[in-house]
Amino acid sequence: MSRSIIIQCIIVLVALVFSIRLFSIQVVNDEYKQAAQNNIIQKIVEYPYRGLIYDRDDKLLVVNTPVFDLMLVPKEFNLKDSTRLMSLLNLDHADFEAKYNKAKRYSSILATKFIEQIPNKEFARFQDALVSIDGVSVLPRTVREYPRKALPSALGYVGEINGRQLRRDTTGYYRSGDYVGITGIEKTYEEYLRGKRGIKYKLVDVQGVVKGAFNGGKYDTVSIPGQNVQLTIDLELQEYAEKLMEGKVGSLVAIQPSTGEVLAFVSAPSYDPNLLAGRDLGINFQKISRDSLNPLFNRPIQAMYPPGSMFKTVQSLIAMQEGVLLPKEKVRCEGNLIGDHAPPGVYDVERAIQFSSNNYFFKVFKRVIQKGKDESPYLDSRLGLTSWNEYISRFGLGRKLGIDLVGEKSGYVPDNSFYDRVYGKNRWKFSNIYSLSIGQGELLVTPLQMANLGALLANKGYYYTPHIIKKIGENYDVSFDKVETGIDTAYFQSVIDGMELMVKTTAFRARIPDIDICGKTSTVENPHGEDHSGFMAFAPRKNPEIAVAVYVENAGWGARAAASTGSLVIEKYLRGYSKRTWIENYVLKGDFADPKPQPKPKPAIVVPPVEIEVNAE
Amino acid sequence: MRNNLLIYRLDWLAILVYLVLIFAGWLNIYAAEYNPEIDASMFSLSTSAGRQLMWIGTSLVLIGVIMLVDFKAYSIVAYPVYGTLILMLIAVLLFGREVAGSRSWFEIGSFKLQPSEFTKFAAALGLAKYLSSTNKKTESLNSQVVGSLIFILPMLLIIAQGDLGSAMVFGSLIIVMFREGMHPVIFFIGLGAVVLFMSTLIVNQTILLISLVAIGLVLVGLFSRKPGKLIIAISGTIVAIAFVLSVDFILNDVLKPHQQKRVYSLIDPNADPLGIGWNVMQSKIAIGSGGFSGKGYLEGTQTKFDFVPEQTTDFIFCTIGEEQGWIGSLLLIILFTTLFLRLIFLAERQKSIFARVYGYCVVCVLFFHFAVNIAMTIGLFPVIGIPLPFFSYGGSSLWGFTVLLFIFLKLDAHRMQVLQRA
Repeated sequence: MSRSIIIQCIIVLVALVFSIRLFSIQVVNDEYKQAAQNNIIQKIVEYPYRGLIYDRDDKLLVVNTPVFDLMLVPKEFNLKDSTRLMSLLNLDHADFEAKYNKAKRYSSILATKFIEQIPNKEFARFQDALVSIDGVSVLPRTVREYPRKALPSALGYVGEINGRQLRRDTTGYYRSGDYVGITGIEKTYEEYLRGKRGIKYKLVDVQGVVKGAFNGGKYDTVSIPGQNVQLTIDLELQEYAEKLMEGKVGSLVAIQPSTGEVLAFVSAPSYDPNLLAGRDLGINFQKISRDSLNPLFNRPIQAMYPPGSMFKTVQSLIAMQEGVLLPKEKVRCEGNLIGDHAPPGVYDVERAIQFSSNNYFFKVFKRVIQKGKDESPYLDSRLGLTSWNEYISRFGLGRKLGIDLVGEKSGYVPDNSFYDRVYGKNRWKFSNIYSLSIGQGELLVTPLQMANLGALLANKGYYYTPHIIKKIGENYDVSFDKVETGIDTAYFQSVIDGMELMVKTTAFRARIPDIDICGKTSTVENPHGEDHSGFMAFAPRKNPEIAVAVYVENAGWGARAAASTGSLVIEKYLRGYSKRTWIENYVLKGDFADPKPQPKPKPAIVVPPVEIEVNAE
Repeated sequence: MRNNLLIYRLDWLAILVYLVLIFAGWLNIYAAEYNPEIDASMFSLSTSAGRQLMWIGTSLVLIGVIMLVDFKAYSIVAYPVYGTLILMLIAVLLFGREVAGSRSWFEIGSFKLQPSEFTKFAAALGLAKYLSSTNKKTESLNSQVVGSLIFILPMLLIIAQGDLGSAMVFGSLIIVMFREGMHPVIFFIGLGAVVLFMSTLIVNQTILLISLVAIGLVLVGLFSRKPGKLIIAISGTIVAIAFVLSVDFILNDVLKPHQQKRVYSLIDPNADPLGIGWNVMQSKIAIGSGGFSGKGYLEGTQTKFDFVPEQTTDFIFCTIGEEQGWIGSLLLIILFTTLFLRLIFLAERQKSIFARVYGYCVVCVLFFHFAVNIAMTIGLFPVIGIPLPFFSYGGSSLWGFTVLLFIFLKLDAHRMQVLQRA
């Protein structure tokens, strides 16, 4: 009997051990309950449709196009099918093996991304064949498509969020795998365009097959599509401008003066924005960024050039407002102070701008800088430059204008501290900084700032912060600040007269039949090669509708490449077409130099030397 | 005799527990596969539950047959049945079909049969017959060796099939030998070997060896005045160390890869999340998520959505754990324990040695299945694929266990008709 009791004790002991163990894992320990939840609840993310982008006339610039992620469940996939799958997907053996092993490492029973973002056309080719292959499924998603290929530099692009962006995201919205606007409009208005991700909690079985909603869908959220966005861009004008700038390096910006709306925004050379959408984004990005002409460099807001002669308009206005110059005041210029293309003679504001007299503006600027408020010419120049700097800032120069694009540069306007650094404190005076008078020297501006200058001149004293957005969603009209320069409207008269005369006389290529156009050319000193061609203009003179700034790098005289291009864009906008086919052909041909070897284009950014040999029109 | 009818002489407590177990098993097989989208009936033969109902029905027929056969016949046919099953084990080795690394199935058309399931009761019959034969003293070493051979022979044949789990079942019959007079030392050496084996798997080998040497030294210190016990202590320690070292060798050279995996998965179930260790993880998750009172019948998610593998057979206990919680699991353990203690009580009241030995064999086989099956689902034992008696889905196992149990209940019903041997 005693042995029987030992055996019974063993049985009871085992039963006790089991009860205690079960109590510990079922009642005491919570870990298993959590693990069970993780097992069966799958968060299914519904990606919202990204908002579409229209131009000012409701023409579509950016649309969404479906792509397909090919998903593979390694356990269900029959390796006998691999040859077939390889030929369908155009994969070689090594590639296939690498992808297969990667999927297998992730999970052999869950669907894993095998090939990402197969374009619709390619997918259609083998869609039917896929049905007969086990373990392969398809997940649709959308990527951006640019049917007109226009405006890449302002639109920017969309890409998968990277680790750094995820860490920096303070909103807590983004998750790995999300798409996010990386530059341009896509980035600035990301918040509106992206919409809201929906999440559905589903019960899934071990294969990941959905078995129904969790808790009857109580915690589910619906995805909300992104809002459509309308731009101020005139697509037709944009495409025309892009065509004109083809084969050149430079920028073109057109602004509607009465609103600050950007009508055209060209950075040349351009690229096809479709290259930066979809699965080849990475490869294409590498390719484009390796291009020596750097198409990804957003020239209208990032390239900085000296303004050159366009700046003379600003100089006249400051001098008149300061009371050191009268609009009709005759100033005798011998042409001996500074190199000049204008003949010696008697100049007033109008004539000085018309002929772009360097010596006149040398004198005018000297009056602004050295007013005789201090005995020492050094301290006097210091005072003069300080007040000049204040004016310059009101023209939107030396600071960011605040356009709704990422990466805008402020340009550069030298001030007292700059010259103190270069020459030593109070060891510089007007004679050291006179290059500023004709827009050369250390002064740097962006093409956008020059277009804005055109708008400001057209408005006779104020501008609206330039912007590309017109409307967000259905109802939300965007408004931007009006900025006053504080320059008396009366002083603009003579400047604008000068600009009109200039086009009518010297810059004949900018002349448009039946349209009064006011413009100023610049031939921007470039110590690294051929001069840059610049042009700033607005039209018509009465009730201006468009202001334009053009920079064409290494194209020589402003009156040629830039003036022709700028005036064509103006004509196109005002008239709808250009009457001057010979100018069109001239620009499209792109050979602006006098008969001599075509200069090689150089990378965009131009850094002028501190000491400069002055040479302006 | 007043209650001469068989029906009055049967042990209805054991039968009641049996019926509760098979009925609960059937309900849980249905729950384990339950899919709200496919409204399959519990009675449809397309579901495991439906087929199990068929096995239950045929089991009841088998019970009827067992009850009709003269109780003396079981003693008479013991050796022939044993011999036949041994032959079948040999035959399955030669002609059987290999499933998942084990050659243990006969396949006749669509019908599959696993002889090892029936070998359990054949070995029980054989052992009972041998130990009950006249002039056998179970205390003698000779009869112990021969008796052990009776269950070691099928054990070896089943190991040869590659089904280590089923083979280990026969090892449980050593408890019967212990009951029938095997020297406790041998029994506890056997028990010690099992404990050492498990320790080898779980405890770091160096630490284990150091502690064995330490225990040996303590024993040497204790028995330093008694030369006889000193020798036993020293040799015992050496044998224990040799055993631990040989386990490594056995694991790496004797066991098949899938068995090695199963053994190793006990040590660290997380190491191989999608292999065999995944099973143990998921099994524990399912049981653990049941909580105190469970999620409710058909409300379990882990088993229903196939996270638990083999959820109708080897891992059927997970369904109870998940849907009925700790209370349900405890109830099941109490049911089984009640059955075992009742069967021991019945065995002890037998007049014939044959019936008593056979009764103990039944308890051992059932208890071993119960203990190992539940231990593996809660991560206390390596996963060796053996079913939970009466509960797991499967015709062969249900028939095997039913025949095993009811032959004993038949013998018990006729215990008064046996002439007690001196």
